[in-house]
Amino acid sequence: MENFVIHRAGTRGYADHGWLKSSHTFSFAGYYNHERVQFGALRVLNDDYVAGGRGFGDHPHDNMEIISIPLEGKLIHKDSMGNSAIITTGEIQVMSAGTGIYHTEYNADPSEAVKFLQIWIFPNKRNVTPRYDQMLIKAKKPNELYQVLSPNKDDAGVWIHQNAWFNMGEFDTDTNVTYKLNNAADNGVYILILKGQATINGQALDTKDGMGIWAVDELDINAQAGAQLLLMEVPMEVKQQ
Amino acid sequence: MQAKILVLCKHDGIRETILRLLGNNADWQGIGTNNLFEAKQMLGSDNFDIALLGNGFTEAEESEVTEFVNQHSPGTKTVYHYGGGSGLLSAEIYQALA
Repeated sequence: MENFVIHRAGTRGYADHGWLKSSHTFSFAGYYNHERVQFGALRVLNDDYVAGGRGFGDHPHDNMEIISIPLEGKLIHKDSMGNSAIITTGEIQVMSAGTGIYHTEYNADPSEAVKFLQIWIFPNKRNVTPRYDQMLIKAKKPNELYQVLSPNKDDAGVWIHQNAWFNMGEFDTDTNVTYKLNNAADNGVYILILKGQATINGQALDTKDGMGIWAVDELDINAQAGAQLLLMEVPMEVKQQ
Repeated sequence: MQAKILVLCKHDGIRETILRLLGNNADWQGIGTNNLFEAKQMLGSDNFDIALLGNGFTEAEESEVTEFVNQHSPGTKTVYHYGGGSGLLSAEIYQALA
């Protein structure tokens, strides 16, 4: 039995609202595909483009761990907890929506578009106290995976209410790396190729292709020169305390 | 025939947002409450297709709703709502009604 699924970039759901163009790996808003609802606790993987000066007005969220990663440009965030911040390329933002928050998210540049990933992870506990954080995540050196998210406050990167670990990597030369899962018994890994080409456990992937793998202890990754990767290790079953 | 959906949510703004979104779909009829007692009264007296459990209830209260539905309204599906707005709502309802 296969233990992986591949979602090619061009098969994702797509919404074009003019100022907002969004590719949905999983069912979201007006896009519904019963075969693409989630990968374990990974429920939303949106690849968004927002035109200069535009953005999302005040709107609510609850019971979700929401992670934003700018790929080009910068976002300005304001929320009902009193946070006001600019998040730029090379940073990661996390919100635990919990019992409920309101926020706005706009392109911080009046003319240049911002491109960013919006990722939603089911929390392992409902109705937590809302929280916000952001952090610089730029790679210290290329050709290595580096952690940008974990369940642990004292670990590298931001933390969330879920047993999930995110790693990123930028490669300027052909590189072979191995990713060992933190919790192979319960978790799978969803890989998004942000840029370039890579081969994961023998499967060739191109820009914005996604691949989910489960029932493995580690991944064998061959990243080609110019590749950028995001690895999201998440529980395959959503359990709540 | 419209699907009848009871929205249980203690956050007024999020409950209103969910009801507004449900109202945008002619196939769905949403009714909201933030009160557990009122929710049980409504579930006992009307035929809901879905009880959508939004935020703010304790785990014990959520279990109380699920047990009440199982005993008194077995045709109703209990669905946990996540996200608080338009992102996941449609998929949650389509999945429950499938």
